Amino acid sequence: MATKILMPALSPTMEEGTLAKWLVKEGDTVASGDIMAEIETDKATMEFEAVDEGVIGKILIEEGTEGVKVNTPIAVLLEDGEDASAAEDAASGSQDTQADDSESSDAEDDSADVSTKPAAQAAGDMPEIPMENIPEGTKFKKQTVREAIRDAMAEEMRSTDEVFLMGEEVGEYQGAYKISQGLLEEFGARRVIDTPITEHGFAGIAVGAAFAGLRPIVEFMTFNFAMQAIDQIINSAAKTLYMSGGQMGAPMVFRGPNGAAARVGAQHSQDYAAWYAQIPGLKVVMPYTAADYKGLMKSAIRDPNPVIFLENEILYGQSFDVPELDDFTVPIGKAKIAREGDDVTIVSFGIGMKYALEAADALAEEGINAEVLDLRSLRPMDTDAIVKSVKKTNRCVTVEEGFPVASIGNYISSVLMQQAFDYLDAPVINCTGKDVPMPYAANLEKHALITTPEVIEAVKSVTYR
Amino acid sequence: MAAAKKSSKSNVSAEELMSHYREMLMIRRFEEKAGQLYGMGLIGGFCHLYIGQEAVVVGLEAAAKEGDQRVTSYRDHGHMLACGMDPKGVMAELTGREGGYSKGKGGSMHMFSAEKRFYGGHGIVAAQVPIGAGLAFANKYMGTDDVSFAYFGDGAANQGQVYETFNMASLWKLPCIFVIENNQYAMGTSLQRGSSTPELYTRGEAFGIPGEAVDGMDVLAVKEAGDRALAHCRAGNGPYILEMKTYRYRGHSMSDPAKYRTREEVQKVKSEKDPIDHVRDLLVTGKHATEDELKAIDKEVKKIVSEAADFATESPEPALDELFTDIYA
Repeated sequence: MATKILMPALSPTMEEGTLAKWLVKEGDTVASGDIMAEIETDKATMEFEAVDEGVIGKILIEEGTEGVKVNTPIAVLLEDGEDASAAEDAASGSQDTQADDSESSDAEDDSADVSTKPAAQAAGDMPEIPMENIPEGTKFKKQTVREAIRDAMAEEMRSTDEVFLMGEEVGEYQGAYKISQGLLEEFGARRVIDTPITEHGFAGIAVGAAFAGLRPIVEFMTFNFAMQAIDQIINSAAKTLYMSGGQMGAPMVFRGPNGAAARVGAQHSQDYAAWYAQIPGLKVVMPYTAADYKGLMKSAIRDPNPVIFLENEILYGQSFDVPELDDFTVPIGKAKIAREGDDVTIVSFGIGMKYALEAADALAEEGINAEVLDLRSLRPMDTDAIVKSVKKTNRCVTVEEGFPVASIGNYISSVLMQQAFDYLDAPVINCTGKDVPMPYAANLEKHALITTPEVIEAVKSVTYR
Repeated sequence: MAAAKKSSKSNVSAEELMSHYREMLMIRRFEEKAGQLYGMGLIGGFCHLYIGQEAVVVGLEAAAKEGDQRVTSYRDHGHMLACGMDPKGVMAELTGREGGYSKGKGGSMHMFSAEKRFYGGHGIVAAQVPIGAGLAFANKYMGTDDVSFAYFGDGAANQGQVYETFNMASLWKLPCIFVIENNQYAMGTSLQRGSSTPELYTRGEAFGIPGEAVDGMDVLAVKEAGDRALAHCRAGNGPYILEMKTYRYRGHSMSDPAKYRTREEVQKVKSEKDPIDHVRDLLVTGKHATEDELKAIDKEVKKIVSEAADFATESPEPALDELFTDIYA
C-alpha cells in the first residue's frame, strides 16, 4: 500500500520548516535508514531518514519550499509491486481526510493526530504590539526574536572589546537554539567561547572575569540548567558590589531560554522569573517582542550590574517589527502599555503577553476594553505604571506562566493593596501556571500552563460579568 | 607534618628574611588581637583566624609582582595583610565600622580591595576557585602577563566546581595558581576522613595540571615554589597547583572548641614547625639580626596592630543610609 511521507517535527517547538534538498528522486528505491532529504528547522539543518523500505513514487513538495507545515505529506512511498497510479491515488487524498483515514495506519499518519501536537504548534502567530519613543520616519523590518538577540549582541561586541559570549555550543555549533549564529565567524574564538557542560564552573569563571573588568554574556542552554550555577549568580555576581562597599561588581548578562517550551517535561520547563526577581543586586528582564528583546539586550550588556535576561524558546521563531536604527535601546525598568483600555488592567510579561493579548481581543468583542501592560522588566519593576493603570481601570488581572506561590503576580497584588487599595473594585486575580511539576502528556501540559480562556474568565470575574 | 618538601636554599638575603619575619609577625599579632576583640564582643558573626598558616601567604606574596591578583575563602585576614592592605581598614571591617574596607557591610568573610587586586573574601566554600580562574581568564583575554592566585582549603578541594574549573583552566591555559592550603582539617573533618586521596597536589593530574606539595610552614620553600609556579604560568603553560602543607593553631572559627584533635598534636606543631620561629632562628643563627633588632620589629608590629584596633573601635558604625547604597552600580 502506498504510504505518505509527512514533514517531520524535528525539534520540540518546530511548527514548519524548509525542505532544503531532496537526496532521492522519483523511482529511487530506499531502505530504512537511507537519508532522503535535508530539512531546515528554525534551529538547524537536519537529515531526514526513511523509516520504511520502498520506492519513491512521487515527490509532493519541491526542494527549496519554505514554510512546509509539520505533518504535510511531502512524498509518497510505494511498496514493491505497486505502480505509479497508487502514488497518484495516495497523493490526491487531502491532509484532512488522511488523519481519520482508517486505512492509513502507518507510523507517519499516527503522528498527524491533532491532539498530540505540542502546545507551541497550536499557538499560532504572536500578536504584535505598538512601540513607543521611536523617531518619526523610522523604518521597520520584520525580524524574529532570535535574530534580534543576535543582532543586539553583535552590535555591542562590535563597539566594545570587553564584551564576549560564553556558553555551551555558542560557537562552532552556532548555538543550541541558533541564537549565536554567525558570531564565531565574525568575532573569533577569543570572544565566542565554547565551554564544556559545566554551568557552575563557567558561570563562576565569567563572574571572575567581570570582577576584573570584562563584560561577559553567559548563555545558559536553558535557565533550567542555571540551577547548577545559581550560587555563583546570586552569592557572587549579585552581592559583591554591596559586600565590597561599592569597590567592585559584576557587569554581565546571564541569558537563555526560560519557562516552558513544548513537551520537554518537568526538569526543562520551569519559569524562574519570580526566583531571580527576588534578589537585590540583580536586574531581571523578560521581554515579549523582538524590538524589546533587541533594545533590552543592548541595555543589559551596557548595564554595570548583573542582568538576568529571560528569553523564551517559543518566541525565538516569532517575527515582530524592529526599528532600523543604528543604536536602538530600551531602558531597563520601564513597562509599556501594549493596548489601551479602561475596564480592566491585564499585567503580564514575556510569553504571558500572548495570553493577555489574545484575551483582550476576545474580551473586546464582548465589550470589555482591557488595558494590557507589558512589564518587560521584573527588577526593577515599573510598579508606578501598574498603579497608574489600575487607578484608571480599578481592576487588575496578572498573567504569568510560573508557579502560583510567591509569584510575580503575588507581589503585584501586594503593591496594589498598599498603593491603590481605595481604587480597587475587585480583588486582584493572579493567573499563573498550575501548582504542579510540568507533565509530559500533551493534554496535561496544556492545562498546566496558563490558558487564554483562564485569563478571559479572570477578567470577567473582576469585572463582574 | 608529612610534606614532600624541596629543601630551601639559604641564598636569601637578610633583608628578605627580615621582611618575611615582619610580615608573618604582623599577621600573627593582628589575628591575636582580632581574637581578643571577638571575645570582647566587638567583632561579631563568624571569624576565622589564620594563625599558624602565615608562611603560605607571605611566601607567595614575596614571589608575586605588581598586577597579580588574589582571591580566597573566608579565612582571609592574612591574605589581605600580606598583599599590602591597611590593617586599620581590615580591622575596622571586622568590627563592622564605616572605616572598614567594605564600609562595614562585608565583615570578616567578605572584604575586597580593587587597589590591591584582592578579589575577596568569599563565604561559600570553593566559590572563589572559578572566580580566580575568571581573573586569569581576563588576564589572558586582555593580553597581560598577570597571574591570579586562587587560594582554597583542603575541605574546598572536594567541591565539584573546583574540578569544573581545573578542566577549563587547563583547556584554556589560564594563568592561575591554585593554592590548596591544606591545614589538615575541613572544619572538624580531618583530611583522612574526608578525602579519598590525601595527596591533594595530584588532584590536577586528570586535567594535565602539574602540582607539587610544599612545606607550607617554611616561608622560603613557599617562596621558591611560588617562583616556579609563576614562571610556569607567565610562560603561557596554563595553571599550576601548589599544595601547602600547613596547620591552623586555632579552631575553624572562634566558636569551634576543636575537640577533633588533641592538645598535644597542636602543641607539637607549634613547638617544632612554627613558621615564625623558623625564620627567627634563621635570622639569629645566621647572625642576620640581633635580638634587639627583632625586639624592635616586635614592638613596631604591636604598635601598628594596636593602632588598627583603636581605629576599628573608634571608627563610627556606618550611617543608616548606607543600608541602601552599593546595591546597584
